[in-house]
Amino acid sequence: MYFLKRIAFMLPLVLLISFLSFCLMHAAPGGPFDKERKPASPEIERNLARKYHTDEPLMKQYLRYLGIGYERDAQGNIHWFSGGLIRGDFGPSYKKRDHSVNDIIAQGLPVSLPLGFMAFGFALGVGLPLGFYTAVKRGRWQDYAGSFLAILAVCVPGLVIGPLLLVAFAIHWQWFPVALWESPRHAILPMIALGLYFAGRIARLMREGMLNVMQSEFITTARAKGMSETTLLLKHAIRIAILPVISYSGPMLADLLTGSFVIENIFQIPGLGTPFVNASTGLDYCVVVGLVILYAVLLLALNLLVDLAYVFLDPRVRYE
Amino acid sequence: MNLPAISPSLRLGKFRPAIDCCLRLGFPLFLFSLLLFTGCARNEPRADLVVINAAEPETLDPAILTGQPDMRAANAIFEGLTRLDARAVPVPGLASNWEISPDGRIYTFHLRTNLLWSTGEPITAGDIVYSWIRALDPATASDYASQLYYLKNGEAFNGGKITDPTLVGVHAPDPQTVVAELNNPTAFFLDLCAFSTLSVVPRQTIGKYGDRWLMARPLPASGPYELVTWRLNDKIRLRKNARYWDAANTKLGLVDLLPITSAPTALNLYETGGADIAWDKDLVPVELLDVLVKRPDFHSYSELGSYFVRLNTTRKPFNDPRVRQALALAIDKARIIRKITKAGGIAADSLTPPGINRYHSPKGLGYDPDKARKLLAEAGYPGGRGFPSVQYMFNAPAGGASVPHGKIGVELQQMWHDELGINVELRQVEWGTFLSAESRLDYDFCRASWIGDYNDADTFLNLFLSNNGNNQTGWKNPRYDDLVHAAERETDMARREKFFQDAESILIRDEVPIIPIYFYVGLNYYDGKKIKGVYNNVLDMHALNAIWKEPAAAPGH
Repeated sequence: MYFLKRIAFMLPLVLLISFLSFCLMHAAPGGPFDKERKPASPEIERNLARKYHTDEPLMKQYLRYLGIGYERDAQGNIHWFSGGLIRGDFGPSYKKRDHSVNDIIAQGLPVSLPLGFMAFGFALGVGLPLGFYTAVKRGRWQDYAGSFLAILAVCVPGLVIGPLLLVAFAIHWQWFPVALWESPRHAILPMIALGLYFAGRIARLMREGMLNVMQSEFITTARAKGMSETTLLLKHAIRIAILPVISYSGPMLADLLTGSFVIENIFQIPGLGTPFVNASTGLDYCVVVGLVILYAVLLLALNLLVDLAYVFLDPRVRYE
Repeated sequence: MNLPAISPSLRLGKFRPAIDCCLRLGFPLFLFSLLLFTGCARNEPRADLVVINAAEPETLDPAILTGQPDMRAANAIFEGLTRLDARAVPVPGLASNWEISPDGRIYTFHLRTNLLWSTGEPITAGDIVYSWIRALDPATASDYASQLYYLKNGEAFNGGKITDPTLVGVHAPDPQTVVAELNNPTAFFLDLCAFSTLSVVPRQTIGKYGDRWLMARPLPASGPYELVTWRLNDKIRLRKNARYWDAANTKLGLVDLLPITSAPTALNLYETGGADIAWDKDLVPVELLDVLVKRPDFHSYSELGSYFVRLNTTRKPFNDPRVRQALALAIDKARIIRKITKAGGIAADSLTPPGINRYHSPKGLGYDPDKARKLLAEAGYPGGRGFPSVQYMFNAPAGGASVPHGKIGVELQQMWHDELGINVELRQVEWGTFLSAESRLDYDFCRASWIGDYNDADTFLNLFLSNNGNNQTGWKNPRYDDLVHAAERETDMARREKFFQDAESILIRDEVPIIPIYFYVGLNYYDGKKIKGVYNNVLDMHALNAIWKEPAAAPGH
């Protein structure tokens, strides 16, 4: 019941997000058709505004974007808006005029999705064991070395990591290609550059989680019962220690799946990060709003999944 | 330190938990995503030629594109009555020959008899009329519709003042003949016919798919190549159009155009053999320019582009031409080249660049700080005393752009301060703000640049006509307008050049609403021993069908 309510609540929330981002985009100075070279006549600008309806009042533009409502032509005939968000149409792109927003998402998502999942896997695959290990070796040199690496991963941005990886593995040793998105080999370096930050975050979360759990009473009880240390750690402690990581995974995955401008630029990857940033600076309204909606839906859905996962992992959690 | 060890008995399987944990959680996810990815891996054959084409095209629709990367790709797919050859000179394209009426206003083009779309249907004169009318149609909303304003009634039709397309000056009396009727004898009309806006596009496909017609496959092509795949920010793949009238001379089968804006990425890819040509100056990392220009595979050449300073002539003290002249005379352009643009610029004394067709620029003001101080004193500001505080506006370079607007601003600020005693503030603004401030004349002076649309002085000099939207200086000069209009009407090329020269003298010597700073230099890199058929030219356009690879240099292809 609780989850049904949560799902039902998502729809108005997404609508509200779309409305706010729509208004914010239009509030930015300038317009999508501003160019350094002005068209030779004002008619050309007018034709553009008329074609894409950017000359209409904001509310009408938003309703048209949603696909709700109608307009009258010169003869007074009623034309209902076709397309629109409610029919799954995210609108046109003003800056990639041959493509609709749906085309842009359909081309970028199949790239950002696998790359995001790979980076997610990498972040967990590296972060969890590292966090676990540093917690187990708490206070020893392994802990300090591991924690230092984790902090380093968090502090050094992809902007620096990416080129460093390139210089080492693609240019000096030539193990991997320098750029493009063609084969699984092309994905390795971007995956690392994208996932490293999150690996560091996860290692730290995991370490804290483990340290907290190991001090809780049920662990002491289990130890007193004479349970083997391996069973204790892997079967009982980890289930609770991993909870902060799980809550963090939701937003992290949403972040990773929607692409990163920096990484995509360095490795020339056709994901969703580049269109998003370019559309924001170029005021390509529908592209920005469409991608914001995509991100919002992903974030809401993943958070819901996280809450569901809690039920299975932590016996103390119950939802009404 | 006395910390309780949390796992005293973990000796045997010291690393077991970690490995286990990794296997349990991370690894399946990793495998899953690898699986996901291998599913997406592309089994495409390597192209015969890989070209880095700078920014992702906004559109490949020839009627609405404006960017140079867009044009370089679209020119390979769609051709006009004329086409640009390997040296970017207009030569017969879809039309084999033409006649021009004695008054220079009526062009009669005769189409070749072997014209086919890549999908097999014939290309007719009707397709050309359709394509030109479509570019002018208000519903198409083409930025470059003005390239067809030279046609009779072209501007009126585009502005919606007339709605009957048959009144526009382009007709097809028979399927092999196109007659274009112009307002004025337009000396560069054959250049325009090779310009993308006037290319021939497939009517049936556009009728069927509307705005997204370029996503249709197969896409009928009228040029030497057809579009196979276009994935945004990934690649444009072109394949030789076997039905092109000149297919016998198309050298390569598959060509990839990569949209890369990051100069280091482009250079990395080129250096590791992933690309054959990088043909845009934005693809040269500025930091490495000094080293790179010395290499034999780097090429620099002059281009139809000018960087200049715009002055707002509606504001005091810039409303006084003597002040404007003084500001211009105090700029040591050679120093800007030496310190900032380096190999990427040539000091400019005029607005129109060298190498432009049918034209030689008049002499400009040059660098003369003594004269500058004298003029400023005459204008009432001896030694800069009493000169109001003014702002020099420039935009923060957009992502990846290498034009150092800020550095030039600092340099100008210093020159004006040292030579004239004027204090200039720098005002850096974001791109959108810059453009709107510029068009609202909400600035004192600002940076500006212009890239020629066609190889003729008119593309630079008509900017400063009183009513041109790109003027943006508030400067209006009836004599200048008369001279430019007279040149546009003139059929005698020597007199035409004189009119333009007189006009430009007013612009850069007498009135100075703008101060030329430097001319753009085109830069590209490719190994000239392996890649043949690339001729660097002022338009920086390269006919793809003329490019080939030395066979010995391409084993394994």
